[in-house]
This record gives sequence, C-alpha cells and structure tokens, in this order.
Amino acid sequence: MAAADKVDPIHQFHINNIVPLNIGGYDVSFTNSALFMVVTVVLASGFLLLTTSGRALIPTRLQSVSEMSYEFVASMLRDSAGSHGMKFFPLVFSLFMFVLTANLLGLFPYFFTVTTHIIITFALAALVIGTVIIYGFYKHGFGFLKLFVPSGVPGILLPLVVAIEVISFLSRPISLSVRLFANMLAGHITLKVFAGFVVTLTSMGAVGIAGAVLPLIMTVAITALEVLVAFLQAYVFAVLTCMYLNDAVHPGGH
Amino acid sequence: MFVTPAYAEEAAPAAAGDHAAQGETHAGTEVPAEGGHGGNTFPPFNPATFSSQLFWLVITFGLFYIFLKKVVMPRLGGILEVRSNRIAQDLDQAAKLKSEADAAVAAYEQELAEAKANANTIGQKSRDEAKAEAEAARKDVEAGLEKKLAEAEERITAIKTSAMKDVGSIAETTASAILESLVGKSDKAEVAAAVKAAR
Repeated sequence: MAAADKVDPIHQFHINNIVPLNIGGYDVSFTNSALFMVVTVVLASGFLLLTTSGRALIPTRLQSVSEMSYEFVASMLRDSAGSHGMKFFPLVFSLFMFVLTANLLGLFPYFFTVTTHIIITFALAALVIGTVIIYGFYKHGFGFLKLFVPSGVPGILLPLVVAIEVISFLSRPISLSVRLFANMLAGHITLKVFAGFVVTLTSMGAVGIAGAVLPLIMTVAITALEVLVAFLQAYVFAVLTCMYLNDAVHPGGH
Repeated sequence: MFVTPAYAEEAAPAAAGDHAAQGETHAGTEVPAEGGHGGNTFPPFNPATFSSQLFWLVITFGLFYIFLKKVVMPRLGGILEVRSNRIAQDLDQAAKLKSEADAAVAAYEQELAEAKANANTIGQKSRDEAKAEAEAARKDVEAGLEKKLAEAEERITAIKTSAMKDVGSIAETTASAILESLVGKSDKAEVAAAVKAAR
C-alpha cells in the first residue's frame, strides 16, 4: 500500500491500530485517531496550563493568547445565551479548544485530523444537542416544548410552523456535525490532491518540475486557507453551540 | 478494511494474503474486505472504526473537559478577575485622590474667603473705633469750650453787676462834686434820691 497510496488523497483518513484492544466485544483499539485525540488534549491542556502558570497581572504574550481564547468564548456565550448560559461555559470552552486544536494540528503533514471523521463530529454535536434537550427538560419541564411554538404565529399556520421548527431542531445535530466534518475533509482532500500533482509532475523530468510550480503555489495558498477554515469551523461550532444552548436556557425567547 | 491491514501487518506480516480473514477476527465487523485496497469503504464512513473512536473521544474529551473545568478555567477566571479588580481599585484610588485634591482646593478657597472677610471686618472695626474716638475727643473739646464760655459769661455778668452796683455811688460822688462846685454845697440824701430816681 506504499507506492500507489502516495497520491491517494483518501489515505490520510485511514485509521490504523497502534495498540489493539477489545473490551466486551467492542473494538476499542488505540489507533492513530486516538493518538491524535490524546495529543490534541495534551497540547491544548498543556498550552493553557503552562501559559497561565505565571498568573501575571500584566500578561505575557502567550498568557494573552490563553486569556483571549477564554474571553472570546465567554463573550460569545454571554452574547447568545445571556448570563444564565454561563453555566455551560466549561462545555463550550472545551469544545472550542478541542476542535480548534484538532483542526490546526491536522494541518501538519503526516498528522491525522481527528475532526475529519464524521463519528467524532457527530458525537460532539450529539453532546451539544443532548445537553440542550436534557437541560431544557430538566429546567423547564414540558415548557421546553415552547421552543417549537413561536409566539405570535396565527393559529392556522401553527401546525406548519411547529413542523418546520421540529424538523429544524432535528437537523441541528446533523448540520452541526456535517459542517465541521465536510469542511475539514474537503480541505484535506484538496490539499492532498494539489500536493499530489506536485509529486506526480516532478517525477516527469524538467518540464514536469516547471509545471509543478503552479500546484505548489496552490498548495501553499490552500494551506493558508485551511488555517483560516480550521479556526473558522471551530468558531462556527462554538457559536452554534452557544445558540442551541440559548434554546435550552430560554426556550420561549425567539 | 483499513483497520484490518494495519492489524494484520502488526500481528502477522507474512499473512498479508488473507489479512482480511485475520483482521475480521479482531475487528469483528461487517466491513467487506474483498480484493484490493484503495477504498470500497471511505474511511470516515467505516463503522468498524466507530467504537474505538467513540471510546477514545469519550476518554480524551472527558478528561479535557474535567481538566479545563477544574484547573484551567478557575485559574484563567482568577487571573482576569484579579486584573479587573486591580483596575477598578486603581480607578477608585485615582477618584479618591482627585476628590481629596478637590477638597483641599475648596478648603483653601474657603480659608482665603474667610481671611478676606476677617480683614474687612478688622478694617471696618478699626475705622469705626477711630471715628468714635475722634468724635469723643471732639465732644470733650466742645464741652470744655462750652464750660469756659459759660464761666466767662458768668464772670462778665459778675463784673457787670458789680460795675452797675458802683455806678450809683460814683454818680452820687460825681453829682455831689458838681453840685458843690456849682452851688457850693450839696445834700448827700437829696443827691442819693435824685440818682436813684434817674436810674
């Protein structure tokens, strides 16, 4: 699987076992995906921990980065869900940091991107929607269902509006997970395809090397774009999480 | 299928030919492993890898969440709170110092105004006193003059009365002397009666 896979853009998404494990009939092997989840978590935690260890009143640059990410997520959540939503701050902050670190980490060559697997993004989205549903019913009981009945809608339209609201609510975990997954996947495939062109062309002699300049430029440009996408998707994921959590906190407030 | 080759390679590199069968014992999935590689199953949609990914996601993300919630966020929140408190404190102190300065200026101005007022009253008072003294002195002088005038008038009156008292005897003497030289003789009583009648 070596030579032919060099330009196979799908190869980077393969999951390989590192330590095979099996618990209760389920395969829970420690894979390259699991390795990068661990790396993501260790890296993000380590960064946040080490940069703030000084607890400086006047922050160092790196401490500012940690503080900025903290305040960024805090203001995002406060703006969408109000001060009552701040009890979900640890959840939103860890989601944002996890997705952002995983996305950025995946941009390194030969690194595995955890968020290019739908099951991961879907699990994170399900965590968000599950939190919304459980907290919504816990806090408001059946009043949480007011979420599907916007106020000020004429009676005739109500069944239609409620149906639309229910469908849009059900599509949330799908859209939330697919958006992140598809963006990361597509970006990495594109990157790999253009980088593959470079490899293929350079193996074709002098003309090929000259021709490889174009896809190389593209690769560099797309890498820059992917950095933006990595941040943007983490941001979008966090913002949507905040908005959905707002529904759990204020189900009536449309 | 991409779990299986990796596992197969690790476990039994020699058995590459039938790695599919080997792998299936471990992975235990419905992943079809027929033929060549390159993807009858797109890796992200390969359900064989779901359980292990979910398992490790729960562990790693769970630990990450707990770590952030228990360690990182209290620390960051603490740093930011200490800073905002410090800023608020500094602002308070600045405001306090400013109000103190304002109070000092106000006190200074009030004292200045008081001093001016005092100076005015002192000046007024000394002016009044001087005026009163001058008035008293003038009154003294006037009283003295009045007294002297009265004394002088009294003396004049006394002199006048004594002079008037002498007028009769002088007139009698003069008249008797005139009579003596004219008539040769004079009656003292007659002269006195005539003088008395003339007065």
